[in-house]
This record gives sequence, structure tokens and C-alpha cells, in this order.
Amino acid sequence: MFAISIFFLVPFIWMLVTSFKVETDVFTYPIQWIPRRWNAVHNYKEVWMGQYPFYLYYLNSIKISVITTLISATVSALAGYGFAKIRFAAGKWLFLLVLATYMIPMQAVQVPQFVLYRFLGLFDSHFGLILISSFSVLGTFMLRQFFMGVHNDFLESAKMDGAGHGKIFLYIALPLVKPAVATYAIMRFIWTWNDYQNPLIFLRTDHLFTVTLAMSKFTTVTGEIYSLIMAAAVSAILPLLLVFIIGQKSVINGIALGGVKG
Amino acid sequence: MNTVSVIPQKAAPAPANKRKKSALKRSETLAGFLFVSPMLIGVTVLVLIPILATFALSFADWNFIMGLRGFKWAGAANFVKLLDDDVFKRSIINNMLFLLVVPVYMLVSLILAVIIDHFVYWKSFFKVAYFMPYISNIVAVAVVWQVLFQPSYGPINSFLQAIGIKHPPGWIADPNFALVSLMMITVWISIGFNMVVYIAGLQSIPKDLYEAADIDGASTWTKFTRITVPLLSPTSFFLLVTGIIYSFKAFDLVAVLTQGGPINSTTLMVWDLYYTAFRDLKIGYASSMGVVLFLFVFAITGIQWIVQKKWVDY
Repeated sequence: MFAISIFFLVPFIWMLVTSFKVETDVFTYPIQWIPRRWNAVHNYKEVWMGQYPFYLYYLNSIKISVITTLISATVSALAGYGFAKIRFAAGKWLFLLVLATYMIPMQAVQVPQFVLYRFLGLFDSHFGLILISSFSVLGTFMLRQFFMGVHNDFLESAKMDGAGHGKIFLYIALPLVKPAVATYAIMRFIWTWNDYQNPLIFLRTDHLFTVTLAMSKFTTVTGEIYSLIMAAAVSAILPLLLVFIIGQKSVINGIALGGVKG
Repeated sequence: MNTVSVIPQKAAPAPANKRKKSALKRSETLAGFLFVSPMLIGVTVLVLIPILATFALSFADWNFIMGLRGFKWAGAANFVKLLDDDVFKRSIINNMLFLLVVPVYMLVSLILAVIIDHFVYWKSFFKVAYFMPYISNIVAVAVVWQVLFQPSYGPINSFLQAIGIKHPPGWIADPNFALVSLMMITVWISIGFNMVVYIAGLQSIPKDLYEAADIDGASTWTKFTRITVPLLSPTSFFLLVTGIIYSFKAFDLVAVLTQGGPINSTTLMVWDLYYTAFRDLKIGYASSMGVVLFLFVFAITGIQWIVQKKWVDY
């Protein structure tokens, strides 16, 4: 078991170690698992402040991921509550409609999205990119399941006291499903941070790039300076690792839950 | 949100009651629409209208350079052309081959999940270790593998040469191995997710089933094939469907590592679509590829739902 788990970790260890090395030591064989000559400070400085400044892409990625997560969690929670707890005739059909869009491969709609964005002037802007991933069917579906689990008695008694759906949602239902919203938010953050295809299509200007997009451009521009590429890779993964370690239980439970329920 | 104040009426209680009810109903409907409208507007503008547009554009001959005036209807010409497009046909075949990753990583994940579930110590360490590739930035991971797979002096081939393999494959630079290399990386990435889902599935199996089997003297293998596998079938079904659909959407690895090459050996449908739309700027033709992709996903989902009754125990 340990042996197999090493198989999963070794590429990451190799990546980390390589990012500390002098370029000429990268491919020495047998692999130096502890660098003989250290070049860490120079490598990371080059990546963060150099020709392709990662600090800028970090700020972009943080901005995009955080705003997307906030909007997506809000929209999904509202819709999840609406579909689960408000009885209105059209609700059932609208939910089926939303659910049906889950089957549509996003790549099949990217071309018209691109045309639409050019037309609306949303192309090559952070705002446009944020909109693309803010309306998640998965999030709505997941949170709806949790709102379904909230006991109707709580809501009924609030209704008796004269509270409308706005108040019930904000003060009763939402606090009860807070863990589920947090789980979804963490996952949305990770997905948005890792998204490659949307930034690739919808961003053109260098200084708007996300970390993921910059990472791939970086490898083509720097050519084959692998120690730098690995320093960039470490930089791209690090925040995810932090988020994952903090929200580990949430993430694993969220994925497990989605999986078992199907 | 907006509670409708109901004015008490003295006379004619029956119709007033009725009116009260319908007012309540109306306010419920209004509240319902208010809550779901942000989602609905987003989905309509960004998904529903574009999918209709994809179907419409697939019958058009248009690219960006021509501007709106250059828009021409082409009837079924795009689809006829697709039938003759060797690169696109190759991409469909590659996608079919690529499907093989799904059963492979499901099987490995299941075995690992069963072992980890029995493991008393270090459980969460293993979960995190196997989960690392899934959680990591796929572009960063792809780049790491690109270097590891470097044909002439990369660590993997250095290792293979050291243990006596004279001519190791060129991996992603080798037309015969490129797709296999991408498949290996995909398996490596996907195991963590599938394993976590399987572990959750395992934990929902009632323990007394195993105890009953123990009393009957069932072997570990019998317990695995008669209890574990059938009771996990809903989980397997979920993983199979999502896995197959996901494999049709595979893009990142191809875009970063091979760009469809060498000699189209790793061209997958989404890559071909992307290249046609955003590099060649053939919007109509790319849309017809989008329609084919959509039909594939639609058909697979449909078939799965029909077939599932045969092997999934709920």
C-alpha cells in the first residue's frame, strides 16, 4: 500500500525537488532526490517577478476564483432553495429543464458562447470569464438535495409567524445547510482555479491571464528550462493544496456524497 | 420575501377564502420565480441559447473574418464534409480507444478502495496521497509528466535504460505510444476521485451482511463477488456514466502535451473542435462537430439508462 501511494506522490516530489535545482542538474541520472546545488531562490524569483510575472497571474486567479465562487454559491443556494422548498407549478418543469442542461457537453456550446461574447464585448475580460462558470447546474442540484433534507416543520412555523421566503431562506434554511454550501464553495474554487479551457478561449491579453493559462504559456515561452517550469508548477499547485488540506473533509465528503447518491 | 397581507373580509366567507388561497398561491409562484431566476437566466443565456445556436450554426458556412455579411446557409454540407474528414474520423476512433481508461481506473480504484477500507491506520494519508493528482492543477501535472516522459534523457527512460531496455518508447513524441501515454496519465489522475467515491460506497454496505456470510463460511473472494460488487453497482454505474462522458470531454492533456500530434495520434473530438473553431476560425464547421459530440454524449447517457436495469441493484 505504501509502495503504491509512493507511485502517486513521486511525480510531485520530483517536481518540488527539481524546482530547487540548477538547470544542468535536472536530468542527471540517478535522480538527485536532494539537490547537490541549490538554486531555489533564483528559480522562484525568476518565476514570480520575471518576464512572465506569476504574482500578477496569482492576483488574477484569486480574483476570478473568489468572485466566481461567491456568485456561484449564492445563485446555486437561491435556486436550490427555490426548487426544494417553494411549491409552485412551474418549479418542477424548470428544474427538469435545468437538470437536462447537465448532459450538454460545455465544449459543444463554446463556439456560440464565443460569438455571443464578441458581440456583447465580454470577450477578453475577467467579468466574462467569471460569468461563464458562475451558473452551475451541479451546484444547484447538490444544494437542492440538502434543502430537501431541511424539515418542513421549521419552515412552516416561521411562516405562521409571518416570515416570507426571503427571511426563511436567510435565517433558517441557509444556516442549516451551511456545511453543504461550504463544500460546494471549496470545490467550485478548486475547479475555477484549475480551469484551463475557458481562459484559453476567452482571454487574449497577457496581463489578464490566470495561473493555469500562464503556466502553459510559460512552458512554451521559456522553452525547456525545466527547473523554472517546475517552480511555476509548484506555484500553481500550492494554493490548491492549501485549500484542500484545510477543507479536506468537506471535499472528500462532498465528492463521496455526490457519488453514492448518483 | 413578500408576505401578502390578507385583508379580513366579513361578508361572503367562501369566495374570500378562495381569493386568499389564490393570492397565497400567486405569492408562492412569485417567490419561486424570484429564487430560481438568477440560475434560469444564466442557464438560458449561457447554455440553452448557445446549444440552439450550435445546431443552427452547424448548417451554416461562416467564419469570423467574413463578418455578419458573409453568413451563408450551407444545409447539410458540413455534416457531409465531416463524413469525409479523416482527422475528425481519427478523433472519433481515438475517443473510442480513450474510453478504455474508464474500466481500467474503475477496477484499480475499486481494489485500492477495498484495501484502504480495511486499513486501520494511515487511512486519511492514503486518501490524500491518491487524491493529489485529482486536486492538482492539470496543466502543472501535464507539464511534470511531459518532462518525466522526455524521450532521450527524461527520468522514466533513463530508468528504463538503466534496467536494460535498450530502446524505450518515445512516449508522447512517439505516434504509437502518444495516446497510450495520455491514457496512463488520465488513469493516474482519475484514481483518487473514483477511489474516494468507492470508499463511501463501501461504507454504506451494512456490516451484518458480511457477518452473515462469515457464519455461512464464505471465503473472502465469495464475499467480494457476492456482496461487495453487487451492492456497489449503483456506485459503479455512476462512475461509469460520468467517466465515459468525461472522457468525451478530455481536452487539457491533449492541449498541453501533444496538440493532437504526432500525426494526429492524439487528436480527440474536443481538440479537433477547438482547433477548427479557434485556430482555423471555421465557426460553422466546428459547430457541426459540436452537434456530433452532443449526440455522442446524449446517446451514451440514453443507452446507459436503458442498460442499467440489467445490472444495477438498487
